[in-house]
Amino acid sequence: MLVSGIKSRPVYTGLILDPHAEHHLIAVEGEGALAVLDMLSPAPRDAAEKATILYTKAGSAPVDHEGALAKLHPYRLQPLPTIQTLLIRLQGFLTTAKMGTRIYIAGTEGFIGQAMQVALNNAIDFHSVRTEHRGSLARRIQCVHCKGFTENVTMSHVPCAHCGLNLLVRDHYSRRLGAFQGVCIDAEVPGELPPAEEIFP
Amino acid sequence: MNLVFKKETFRDDFTFKNSPEHVRRFPFPFHEDKYMYTVNIEPHTPGPVNSVFEFPIDVDEHYVSEMEDRALVLKDDPLRCQALPHMQLAEWDLVELLMVSMSEHYPEHFTLTRDGDKWHWINRPLGIDQQFTFGDTATLPYPPMEYITRQCQGDFCLIDQRDGNLWMDAGIVTTQADWSLDFDIGMNFMEWHGPVPLAHEAGVFDRALKFLMNLQLGKPVRRLNWTMSINPRLDTSPENFHKWGSDRMTVTPENIGEKVHLRVELQGLWRLPRSNAIVFSIRCYLISMNELVSVPKWARRMPRVLKNLPPELIDYKGLSRYRQMTIDWLSRFDDGAPTSPGGQPD
Repeated sequence: MLVSGIKSRPVYTGLILDPHAEHHLIAVEGEGALAVLDMLSPAPRDAAEKATILYTKAGSAPVDHEGALAKLHPYRLQPLPTIQTLLIRLQGFLTTAKMGTRIYIAGTEGFIGQAMQVALNNAIDFHSVRTEHRGSLARRIQCVHCKGFTENVTMSHVPCAHCGLNLLVRDHYSRRLGAFQGVCIDAEVPGELPPAEEIFP
Repeated sequence: MNLVFKKETFRDDFTFKNSPEHVRRFPFPFHEDKYMYTVNIEPHTPGPVNSVFEFPIDVDEHYVSEMEDRALVLKDDPLRCQALPHMQLAEWDLVELLMVSMSEHYPEHFTLTRDGDKWHWINRPLGIDQQFTFGDTATLPYPPMEYITRQCQGDFCLIDQRDGNLWMDAGIVTTQADWSLDFDIGMNFMEWHGPVPLAHEAGVFDRALKFLMNLQLGKPVRRLNWTMSINPRLDTSPENFHKWGSDRMTVTPENIGEKVHLRVELQGLWRLPRSNAIVFSIRCYLISMNELVSVPKWARRMPRVLKNLPPELIDYKGLSRYRQMTIDWLSRFDDGAPTSPGGQPD
């Protein structure tokens, strides 16, 4: 789990089963599947029977956890090819979700941020969503200049995937955007850059 | 004060200057020879005649040109003015607060006539004559917050209060000291202050939040904050940092007096009557080092404050490149004499 003094970064308190939920809607990416297994394996059998699991193995891990998730015998398991398709599916399920649905998100921070955006856009209070960070520490950043997003940033600074400016990855996080802020690092003297270090492996 | 609105620029050729009267009324923020973060909130009650605190909303000689600069910023980047949908009532509250204050205290420039919800607003300096229905957004050419803040100096944020916290849910931000409304909108009080060094540990934000949650209608408060800017540039936004950041490299011992500016924010907070939201106004005042040293007390105090800044603040305020050079330049005006308490000129 991430530990940091960044005041604007959400705290991911971990997946804890809500025994009173009528239905569990679980969005999970990569190693986040292990958090779902940790939550549901020891739970009473009817927990999985009330669970919809949207899973993409995506970014962080080469391992496919689909088989392990299937062994939980969830009500519904949907493997999706990418984060983007998972988010579309999540939106679809939220559109028809009923009272008593509890939402869970597990995976890398960039994934949690994007899935949380979908929840927020459906007027769901972020406090009510249970989240767990698993996998890479890579950050999703938004360029404050062109507003484009760059995914899976592991280095202290990185060229913007859109406008190409060299961006310092700041410790300031927007839940609304689901991203850290990237600000031009060599604005004072263009080209004057410290060596990039891998700090979010 | 008889106001003559100056024609000047805050970009490109930077023709901004303060008249001698405006130098004297500059809200110098240092009440002693050193600086550290404090909550430093005081009642926003009327101050001395001709001071920036004389009226709740200060209109000065830069009014027309500042409004032109704001229009230029918004023309390029509409994301500088945003409001979440639930803030519309607070927007109307802001229209009332600003129109009433400006027309009461500057009747020669602004007139507000109200007949129930039929309002008539005249802004002579900007040549605006607008009849509208209070509460009906369709009767104004812009959404309410944007409409009135295109006519009022300073940035404005509208802050919602719920769940034991304050939320920055609307704002117009074009004269900012390097923070992004587009990034911060929707954040709570602790989140949007996240990047500020030292103050969290000092408990400043815990105390300020507690205080502001209890802000009362009719009892606004204010505080001063400060940083420094190269050139009198109002729009020192992170969005455009790649365009203005290199200004810092243009400072030389020869041009410090005209290039380096003290940038002071007069921050005001008002509780709003209908929405229970809070207005957070951030009014920027600029003064060049040449203008500043024309007041002997400030000329002595400024280099002393800069010498004693904690390293975290030097970095956060972006002063690293030119601080020492500025201290060296200013020290010529410091004869070592003691300074009187308070920020006002002797």
